[in-house]
Amino acid sequence: MTTLHHDAPDAPEPVDVDDPRLSRFEIVKEGLRRDEIELVTYESQFHGTNSKAEKRVVRNIALLFIIAGVAAFAFLAFYIFWPWRFELGSTTSDYYTPLLGISLAISLFAVGFAILSWAKKLLPHEVSIQARHDGASPTDEQKITGQTMIFVGDELNQGVQRRPLLKGAIGFGLAPIGLVAAAPLIGGLIENPHKADQPDLFTTGFSPVKNGGNLVRLTRDDGTPIRPEDVSTGGQMTVFPGVPHGATNEYADSPTLLIHLRADDAEETRNNAAADRRNAGSMWGNYVAYSKICTHAGCPASLYEQQTNRLLCPCHQSQFLITRNAQPIFGPATRRLPMLPLGVDEEGYFVATSDFKDTVGPDFWERP
Amino acid sequence: MKRRTGKADLQQAPVTFAKGVDERFQASTPLRALLNKVFPDHWSFLLGEIALFSFIILLLTGVFLTLFFDPSMTETAYQGAYPALRGTEMSQAYASSLHLSFEVRGGLFMRQMHHWAALLFMAAIVVHMLRIFFTGAYRKPREINWVIGMALFLLGFLAGFTGYSLPDDGLSGTGLRIASAIMLSIPVVGTWVSASIFGGEFPGHLIIGRFYIAHVLLIPGGLLALISVHLGLVFKQKHTQWPGPMRTNTNVVGERMFPRYALKQGGFFMAVFGTVALLAGLFQINPIWLFGPYRASEVSSASQPDWYVMFLDGLVRLMPNWQIYIGDYSIPPLFWPAVVGLGFFTTAPMAWPWLEARKTGDKRIHNLLERPRDNPERVGIGSMAVTFFLIGTISGANDVIADKFHISLNAMTWAGRIGLIVLPALAYYLAVRICLGLQQHDREVLAHGVETGIIRRLPNGQFVEVHQPLGPVDDHGHPLPLEYGGWVVPKKMNRVGALAPAVKGFFYPVEKPSEAPVSPGMPPVSGDTREEITSGRK
Repeated sequence: MTTLHHDAPDAPEPVDVDDPRLSRFEIVKEGLRRDEIELVTYESQFHGTNSKAEKRVVRNIALLFIIAGVAAFAFLAFYIFWPWRFELGSTTSDYYTPLLGISLAISLFAVGFAILSWAKKLLPHEVSIQARHDGASPTDEQKITGQTMIFVGDELNQGVQRRPLLKGAIGFGLAPIGLVAAAPLIGGLIENPHKADQPDLFTTGFSPVKNGGNLVRLTRDDGTPIRPEDVSTGGQMTVFPGVPHGATNEYADSPTLLIHLRADDAEETRNNAAADRRNAGSMWGNYVAYSKICTHAGCPASLYEQQTNRLLCPCHQSQFLITRNAQPIFGPATRRLPMLPLGVDEEGYFVATSDFKDTVGPDFWERP
Repeated sequence: MKRRTGKADLQQAPVTFAKGVDERFQASTPLRALLNKVFPDHWSFLLGEIALFSFIILLLTGVFLTLFFDPSMTETAYQGAYPALRGTEMSQAYASSLHLSFEVRGGLFMRQMHHWAALLFMAAIVVHMLRIFFTGAYRKPREINWVIGMALFLLGFLAGFTGYSLPDDGLSGTGLRIASAIMLSIPVVGTWVSASIFGGEFPGHLIIGRFYIAHVLLIPGGLLALISVHLGLVFKQKHTQWPGPMRTNTNVVGERMFPRYALKQGGFFMAVFGTVALLAGLFQINPIWLFGPYRASEVSSASQPDWYVMFLDGLVRLMPNWQIYIGDYSIPPLFWPAVVGLGFFTTAPMAWPWLEARKTGDKRIHNLLERPRDNPERVGIGSMAVTFFLIGTISGANDVIADKFHISLNAMTWAGRIGLIVLPALAYYLAVRICLGLQQHDREVLAHGVETGIIRRLPNGQFVEVHQPLGPVDDHGHPLPLEYGGWVVPKKMNRVGALAPAVKGFFYPVEKPSEAPVSPGMPPVSGDTREEITSGRK
């Protein structure tokens, strides 16, 4: 930082720019004066012309520009000639993106540093001071503008004051116009979440309504039904409603976790479920099925820990205890996972004897 | 009529052209004012520029991506170049993102540039905002620009979220699911909001198309407009500057915009662009083909959003399961961190400039920045906010930390909950103490001079350290007290020129080292006069 001290400068005199004796720099200085700028320091960064230091800086900048050009050519060469199509097992094409990145970065860095050194090292060092003009406009200007605005208001207002009919008409006419502008923009978007014919918030793909009144089978993601013996003891399986597109995102609230509990855990789970009004009788043998959609934010609560019988949601770490009606025991979830009432049809496949008796998925204001 | 020669015509052409332009637009005076405009210079003034340059990169790469991306949720069976997913049912959006990554020349590179530039954009906004806050640059007359800056963060946040939701991969679908749950949690109108935005029940068939138009038109349009106003105000109100020699509240000390300042900006843009290119080339980001298409039943562990959303995710994780029941209705706990929290933390700070001015009763115009240490209370409050944000962000990855460091996940959650309350208060206390300590040291050096490291033994056996006064001394050689100027106080001898300046040149000196200034009271020590230091005992 310069330590030049600056005491109240003698304001430079205006000059006549048509004076032929003036150098170009003097004309520039006249411009600075008019822009209220004072050039305090303006000096070459080198001692004398063609100094060793200057030559070195020039060489470096030239070198940087040349590197930039070479790297840019390299980028184009890689871009055009390097095998870029993805092939499994081929590592050559894996280098395509890194090579583009490195060559482009070298080129851009080199240009950047060349320009920066040019500006910082070759151009004359300069300290300029410009005056600020802060604060309010002159008070008379303020007053004139303020009065003008009030006058404009008066002009409109008096018209209305003297013509009450106009007043009512304007109010009556303009308000609906505003609504007209807003209505089609917003109105088309509004969607009733509680349509009587499809109460999507409260039904899932396991509702018999979705299956022509028949009970819905539990299926794998490829649509094949499941027999009890398909799930080994202590094992679990993600199941979907056995309806068309049951395993797709069309039924995003339907994925369910079917668990085959060990005998002692099953006993405990059954006792807890029996004590509960909604879950009583929903288990089938040692099998229990809970909605996989976390009651907190709707992620699939998919990490099942066999030893502790806990189900963990990987999004926000809510934990549910399987043996105790999937009550939340840790994390931000407040509500248990709904239990799917299980049964087995005459062909020996799992079915849902009804839809979930609790609302599936994240909580909301009007959930019953 | 005299026929003019072609040569004279050519020389005269630019002048004629310039005159023609001026006759039509009266451009001369404003153009000269622009060329001459003085900008103050400091490295910390470049942080906002990084955000601006990242935004330009985002526009350039983003336009390229739109040429290939298909914002449709129609299901299709993938038949592209990536064998692991061939035959998988997925949305057109995901399939076209895969196509862009694998079957468009340089497509993956452009995608990664876009994503890295987005992360850099948000990071630069945050760091720039911290610079503005801790130096008091938001004070009158610049309050509105502070508000616009906060709005830019919020818009950037939304741009980022809508952007990484578009590929419709496993991770982004999970993010959308959570977004839907957040909308559902709003009291009274939650289900209506979610149904209206998603066009029915989650996920529906519309959301990618709607997010797409928001991401490529509405939000960038808002960003562009606000950035223009932001820069226009910086231009109109002139940049703040640090205190220092010649610098006052009523002037700007620096260099003219052209050529030097503009050239440096151009070089810096190239460097930022190069950084993004390097990141995009070497560091994989958002490898969507590994996540698979979004399935409501699937999620991987360690599902983290982009870094600027992590604080929100962390707050959601830390929120205790407090549900409020009002008759038959209830407010889920998700509402508080995700809706109230995000709303509060992005809008409440907008009022800060006026709150501070009201508390201090300060209605003056401030063009000189304040060193953070000179306003300990502001630094304390800023440190509280930073600590809160950091704990939220760390908690957003608490499952990964718990896994990598073998810590109980529940312990991480509890540490976050307690930390969120205790640590900001601690940060406030520490920040204020550190500021006061630094202030005190500045005043000490101004009063007594720089510590030289030279110990002198007085005739009475007492040891004292010699101080180099920074200004005039009185008759006894004691320094006269100096006024603090709001700027760096030299605290080492080489800062006051006692040591020779560094010799230029990397491998060998390129110029003769200039003579070190010699203080008359302290001649330089040379080999001949140096005495061997002995224990003092003979």
